Amino acid sequence: MTFALDIILSILLVVGGLFGLTGSYGLIRLKDRMQRLHAPTKASTVGLGTALLASMFHGLMIGTGFSWQEVLVMIFIFVTAPITANYLSKVHLQSRHYDGQTPATGVSRDWATFDQQPEDPEPRLPSRDS
Amino acid sequence: MFRRLYPHPYLSLFLVLTWFLLVNQWKLGSLVMAIFLATVIPLLTAPYWPHRPRLNSMPALLSYVLLVVWDVIVANVQVAKIVLFMPRDRIQSAWIRVPIELKSPEAIALLAGTITMTPGTVTADMSACGRVLLIHSLHAPDPDAIRDDIKSRYESRLKRIFE
Repeated sequence: MTFALDIILSILLVVGGLFGLTGSYGLIRLKDRMQRLHAPTKASTVGLGTALLASMFHGLMIGTGFSWQEVLVMIFIFVTAPITANYLSKVHLQSRHYDGQTPATGVSRDWATFDQQPEDPEPRLPSRDS
Repeated sequence: MFRRLYPHPYLSLFLVLTWFLLVNQWKLGSLVMAIFLATVIPLLTAPYWPHRPRLNSMPALLSYVLLVVWDVIVANVQVAKIVLFMPRDRIQSAWIRVPIELKSPEAIALLAGTITMTPGTVTADMSACGRVLLIHSLHAPDPDAIRDDIKSRYESRLKRIFE
């Protein structure tokens, strides 16, 4: 039983390490700013996910029981990573590096990064009871 | 009364769950603390989140999460292949505009997050009126296919869950 668990843990750690390495390698290999943004999203999902799974099962092995805290780490990563990526892409857009490449919105307002219209003083949200 | 005390019931439930995940054990004391936090935090944050989002089906939301996790794993392997083996000059990155029909801010945020977390696509921006998303794709020989895929696979499900 312990031996089987050992094997599973090792596989998970190696797979996680390989994905992390691929993500970092992508950072030096890809040639464009936006392309390089894609590499870390990989490292932070499957790479981190497998490492956390290994950590959860490790608790079983050393006798402290199944550890649930890693689920929480995973949730926080999934919630916060898209926001970081969104801010970085907004910085790239703001730097005017991609002017002329991005498509037009096709609606009355421009992309939020470039929009010149002043915001409504009170944003209209759906009412509380709807 | 209940609505006044718990403006966001799902947030309260999630906070109870979060607290138990944090302390990592089942004790009565933890439950008391969890219920205390689940009452106080939604009340304190309610001014910043005044309206209550509609949630039609909890099982549908859970199955959506499972679908996304599966897609993340599959897409990871595909992107790893592109990063490792595809010649640099053959990677065709593309900006894609995706018109969205979702209205609920929570649903749009979830859709944008899903697009970013599935490797190969990143949500870069949104039109100021909130009706179009700007997406950057790492390798998109056929940008229209990616747009249709996002709309049929994720947006339609989110529409059923939140609207």
